[in-house]
Order: sequence, then structure tokens, then C-alpha cells
Amino acid sequence: MSSLEEPISLDRLPSLSNIDHHRFSSSACRPRGEDLGMGHRWIEGRSCSTSNSCEEDFEEYNRENFMWWKQRRCTSRRGISNGRTLSLGRNQVPNGNISDSLYLPDDQYNSCNYKCTMDMPNKLLRDLPKYVKIVEVGPRDGLQNEKNIVPTSIKVELIRKLVSSGLAVIEATSFVSPKWVPQLSDAKEVMEAVKNLEGTRLPVLTPNLKGFEAAIAAGAKEIAVFASASESFSKSNINCSIEESLTRYRAVTHAAQKLSIPVRGYVSCVIGCPVEGAVPPSKVAYVAKELYDMGCFEISLGDTIGVGTLGTVLPMLEAVMVVVPVEKLAVHFHDTYGQSLPNILVSLQMGISTVDSSVSGLGGCPYAKGASGNVATEDVVYMLNGLGIKTNVDLGKLLLAGEFINKHLGRQSGSKTAIAFSRKTADASKI
Amino acid sequence: MLAAKAIDGKLSRWRSFVPIKYFASLPAFERPISAHEDLTSGANALMGSFSDTFCGRNDAMEAENFKNQGVNGFNSLVKYRNDENIRRPSPWNGQKAVASSYCFPNRVHDMLYMPLRNFSSQSSATSFSDVKTKFLGSIPKFVKIVEVGPRDGLQNEKAIVPTAVKVDLIKMLVSSGLSVIEATSFVSPKWVPQLADAKDVLEAIQCVQGAKFPVLTPNLKGFAAAVAAGAKEVAIFAAASESFSRSNINCSIKDSLYRYREVAHAARNSSIPVRGYISCVVGCPVEGAVSPSQVVYVAKALLDMGCTEISLGDTIGVGTPGTVVPMLEAVLEVVPVEKLAVHFHDTYGQALSNILISLQMGIRTVDSAVSGLGGCPYAKGASGNVATEDVVYMLNGLGVKTNVDLEKVILAGDFICKHLGRSPGSKVAKALSRIPENASKL
Repeated sequence: MSSLEEPISLDRLPSLSNIDHHRFSSSACRPRGEDLGMGHRWIEGRSCSTSNSCEEDFEEYNRENFMWWKQRRCTSRRGISNGRTLSLGRNQVPNGNISDSLYLPDDQYNSCNYKCTMDMPNKLLRDLPKYVKIVEVGPRDGLQNEKNIVPTSIKVELIRKLVSSGLAVIEATSFVSPKWVPQLSDAKEVMEAVKNLEGTRLPVLTPNLKGFEAAIAAGAKEIAVFASASESFSKSNINCSIEESLTRYRAVTHAAQKLSIPVRGYVSCVIGCPVEGAVPPSKVAYVAKELYDMGCFEISLGDTIGVGTLGTVLPMLEAVMVVVPVEKLAVHFHDTYGQSLPNILVSLQMGISTVDSSVSGLGGCPYAKGASGNVATEDVVYMLNGLGIKTNVDLGKLLLAGEFINKHLGRQSGSKTAIAFSRKTADASKI
Repeated sequence: MLAAKAIDGKLSRWRSFVPIKYFASLPAFERPISAHEDLTSGANALMGSFSDTFCGRNDAMEAENFKNQGVNGFNSLVKYRNDENIRRPSPWNGQKAVASSYCFPNRVHDMLYMPLRNFSSQSSATSFSDVKTKFLGSIPKFVKIVEVGPRDGLQNEKAIVPTAVKVDLIKMLVSSGLSVIEATSFVSPKWVPQLADAKDVLEAIQCVQGAKFPVLTPNLKGFAAAVAAGAKEVAIFAAASESFSRSNINCSIKDSLYRYREVAHAARNSSIPVRGYISCVVGCPVEGAVSPSQVVYVAKALLDMGCTEISLGDTIGVGTPGTVVPMLEAVLEVVPVEKLAVHFHDTYGQALSNILISLQMGIRTVDSAVSGLGGCPYAKGASGNVATEDVVYMLNGLGVKTNVDLEKVILAGDFICKHLGRSPGSKVAKALSRIPENASKL
């Protein structure tokens, strides 16, 4: 196996102090490894050796013959050619960044290498945003669903790794009662450990004034509040009606405004509710508008149970965009039914340019045991790279962050992109 | 907590899913239903109605529906829920639920998330209408799903699946409404031992009605064997990448096309339709990015030799809309859209968004594999084919007709996954399943 393909161990990572925030270049052609496991031959359509004049005896082929890796040219549509050799070792850094080139040796697997929208005349992609801000919710939304308590130091290290990948916003923790979310009972310690990290915003959830005060005391500079578009879900999730929750949040945003602390507003169950079923777009628009009017700078629309598809996402976005400007909107899709990436694509087509996601797809769905929850940041970044949309996220470093937390949790990544890049076996219990 | 009685009234209009923990006395959406119900006629009735309503052929209902965006617009579904054709056992009609491994949501659950294709909004700003037309306008009303699980899916399995299991799988897939199911491949057992029983499988399903069963035939010998076994439709497999062609089928693209012309010619003489596959239409594990012009060359050749349909395969799953769109644009210049199919792999999780963009470009045939069968030989442990269940879920949500019963596909997937000893590769199936996640413990 090529050394380029092996995930590097933690001790090979550059230290934070000299992190190169060089962003993953969309035009870079990564050199390929010597062997991508091409011992497997693609077995579709293999011909019968005796019946075809162009056949050669398959027995003559063996693994050694599958060294297709020659000096490669990048044949992207932009005609960028890459004369780099395959012999790039660990110390040779094509773009000044070791870790991502090691993790992403193969250009052809790299969606970045492909055509960007700038040259794309097609109407379906022409008006996509040029830059998408990714709001990473793994440390909060992801971890809070974990049964086993993750040590504070692991959480902090995860956040550091995510910061180093270039993510612009990382939701660090939540100042809720430890009684309800024991996983995040170390919110204060986490916040104090990360508050001085540069280059990233670190919002925290604050469900009420008490949580807000604790967050500020711990050094939070940005907060978030969480309302529901479904009455039943509001009652079951935060034990009060939508109106009561909005009243509570008005107090929080008022206090936040006094301290010039920005507030992000979440709306959950924007498509469907596990209790009520379909949620009317008008209800979502109502709650979104309330949050916006009370001073939230951004409203994140969450498909909490992941049931949405274009057919329901479009009317919902349409309704909300009447009352909240599109640049203030974010989408937070769950991948429970595998629909989040097409939903994100449609949202981008509608002009949305902020997407929530969770590293490695952390955070299952509490309503469908064993099902996935948050969409994986790696998969989102892969798609955005392929669309030529800037994210400033280094996919290689992101993959490392995901690998780190999965190692601790003892499970396989929830990101298909990460799995595809990884060489680990499918059964993570063997790790 | 809401009172059970209050919920009851609401839920009787449409079954919603209710977590058991909250409403123990009420039937949760998770209450299993019998796997043996005949929902097909009910399903078709529902699908037909939705199609009429939501594809703008029923203006009065549409206007009424669209007054209250969202839930109230679905009231029209209620009368169909009470349709006697829907013989689903439920507490609502006094029937006893029969345990099964799956907890299917109320069909209405699926329907609740169907779109209002020609919805209007109160604001009705021109920009919104433009947006809708732009993004929904070309999406076909009907999409044919070509199920490749029994062939493309199973061929990657190490452990040989017994013929009987393959045949049962195919039968279950047929019963779900899938109209095209790639049954097997007539290749040398030396290379694909899993499909050594191609003849037996094909002969066993000869009497199965309601679906077409194309089989792969890489050369004349395979074609002859297929026809002898009763094949009525065949498929051939070329690559857009020269290196991949050489590594996969051991000859150049040109030579492979020459070989396939012979097969196509023989097929034409027997009035047997031929489907052409093109692999590596976006990226190749050897060459990297594949230019659209390479794909066009092969697509045109396959079309010219008489292929009735060309399936464009992103073999290593690297495509995103950014590369899929230019590729499709180029191919659409030489192949009519109705003859094109897309075959995306979900190795990087991109398949559904690629399918969506393809639909937006007018593509109306999608290949998929039940339960996402068939990993990726180039990325060990990674997924391969996109799961049929997930595709159907998305298409249902788009209001696109497929004639496929999602629940029955899930059951078929459950069946084969149980045999293979693994958990479903479909997120929809996982979300609806009660099977423990680690199926290897079964």
C-alpha cells in the first residue's frame, strides 16, 4: 500500500502552533499512490477467455501487473496537468500541508479536482453560492447523543482538530442542565479550554437565562437558542409550548444583545415531527420569523427526523424565505433516510449558503434506533468541493478529526467519504 | 403530554407516527404490520391519486390544497386512507397487527412527504415561480428503476449465495413492483464464481411475470448461453476509460466495442433488446478524471450498434453534480434523454444528490440495488451501489411515480441481508428497521 494512503498517526500531525491553514486547493492534483488495492479486479462483465479474439489469458495477470500508476496527468476539464511523481513521500508536501495530502493521495477520488461551477453554464448549478459556510455541530449535537460520557479532554481535542481543518463555526457545547444532557455537563470546562482558539467561532447552546449566564461566565462569545415548529415536539423536547419557549428566548436574546453577543436561532421539526407528522411550512415560517425578529442573526432550519425530500423542503424554504432573508438562513438536515445531501443541494439551488453538519455523522437519531442522524461534514465537503464551492475546509484534516473521535467511540465513521478514504475494516469493533 | 384521546381524533384522519414511549396505548407508527398483505392495489390507487392531484391535473383540489400550505393540503389523502383496498391491519380498522421485523410507517407517512408539484404560494413572487420551474420543471413524472441487486450486488459477495436464495430474492423484488431486475450474468465462472449458476437462476424465473430480467453477456458465448437459458434481454458493458477497460475486461475500448457489436448483431437477429453500460463515466481508479468526451464516444458507439438504453455508471462513486452535469450535458447531445439511465455508486455518499441532479436534467431511468448490495472493490469496506429503498423514498417525496412498493423492497432487502448476515445498506431500511444494528450477531 502506498505510504500516501495510510492514515497518519496522531503524533505525526503538525502541532497547533504552526498549523498551516492552507486550504485544500481546488485545483491541486494530488499524486496517487502505488497501489490502491487494485488486487481486486473489477469483475463486472469479465469475458470468457476462450471466446474472444482480443482476450489474453487472465492467468498471466497478477497483482504485480496491476501497477497502473505511472506519472499521471491530471485530466480535469480545466486541463490542469500535473507532473508530480508518485513517489511523494511523507516529507514532501505538494501544497505545504502534510496531513491532507497523506490522507487524500488520489486525485481522482478528490472531488476538488473536478470542474467547478464557475465554468458551468448549466442553469441547475449556475447560481449556486460561491462560498458555503459550514457550521460544525459534532461536538454538541453529535456528542450529546452518546451514551458513554466522552472525557472533556477528548472533546477539547476534537474541537481543536476541527478548528485546524478550517471550519468557520464549531458548536462547542451546550449549557443545559446536566440532568437532561449528562454528556455535556462539562460545558464550562470545555468552553474554558477552547475559548481562546483562534480562527473559528464557537457558539454554545443556551436554553434559558441561567444557561446564558453560565455560558458567558465560561467565556462564550456566541450563543444559540432552540425552538420547534411543532407544538408537540416543543412540549416533549423542552417541556414547554412554542410560545413559552419564544418568550424565554426573548429574554436570552435581550440579555445577549446587551453584551453584544450574537444569537443563532434553531428551528426543529421543519418538515416532520415524530409526534404530529407533517409540519406546515407556515408554522416553520412563523417560528423562524419570531426568532429573527427577536434578534437572531441566523436561523438554522432543522429536519429533525430526516424525513424531508425536495418535495417538502422546497415549500418549507419558500415559506420561510418570505419572512427571513435567505442569507440569514441555514439548513440542518438529518440523514436518517439518506436524504440530506440532495436536500442540501436543493437548498443551495434556492440560495442557502450555510449548512450544518457533524463530523463523521456524529449523533444518531433518537427516534429511530440505530439510524443515522446528522449529515456527515466530510460528505458535505466532498459534494461542495465537487461543485467548486469554497468552504475553506481542509478535507484531509477533517477526516483526521473524524478518525480521532471514532477511535475513541470505538465505531466506524458515519461518513461514506471517510470510509471510502479509510483502509480500516468494516467491523469497527475489531479496532 | 398530549392526551391519548385528543391524539386519537387527529390520528384517525391520518396515521402519524407516535413514539411508543409517549403513547403506549396508541398504535405507534412502529407497530409492525404483516409482511404478507397485499398492498399493491392500494398502493397503486394511492399513487394514481397523488399523481393526478399533485401533477396539476386536478385544479380544483389543487386550489383547495394550496390555500393552506402544507398539512391541510393533504386532507385529500384521507379518503384514500379509508379505501378498502388498503387492507393493512391496524387498530384503526380493528385488525390485528402481525409481527414482522419491520415497522413500516403508515403509507401516509410517505405520502405526507410528497410534494405539491405545482404548488403556489401566497406570495407568488415571480422569482419563486422561476425557481420552481427551474428546479422542478424537468423532473419526470415517472421514473423506471432498474434493480441490479441480484447481479451487480451479489457478484461482489465472497460467500456463494445459493441459487434458491437468489431466486427468492428476485421474486420478492418482482412482487415489489420493480419492472426491470438484472437477474444474473453469463460470464465465466472462473471470474465470477458467484454467478456460476446463471443458467439455473434464469431458468427458475422464466415463469415469473411482471418484470423484465436482463442478463449480462460479455461476448457471443455468454449471449448464446443466455438465450439458451431463456434470456429475453441482455446487457453489455463498456468503459469510458481505456485503462479500466484493459484492467476490467482485458481489452481496449475499441476492441470491446467490436466484440459487443457482434453480440448486438446477434441480439438483433433474435429480436432481443440490448442495454449498454458505460463504466467510469466520471472517474477511473486508474486514470483519474474521465472527460465527458470519452463518455460520449462510447455512448454513441453503443447507441449506433443498437442499444436500446445506455446506463452511465459512476463506478467508483466519485461524481458530484459538478462533474455529473457536464458529463450528462455532453452525452445528451448524442443520446436522447429517454434512452439514458444513471447508475451511481454511493461510495462517497453522493449518489442521491447525483440522481437528483440527473432527474432535474430529465433523466428518467435510475439503476439501484436493494439494500445497497455490492460494495466497492476499490475501497474496502466502502459502499457501492445506491440503495433502491433510499432512491424510492426520494422519488416518492418528489411525487415521481415508480410503481414500486417501498415496504416490499425493504422486505426483500431484509431477506437478503439476513442471509448475508449483515445490516441493511439502506438508510431508509435502517430507519424503519427493528433489527439490531449489528446484524452479524444474528
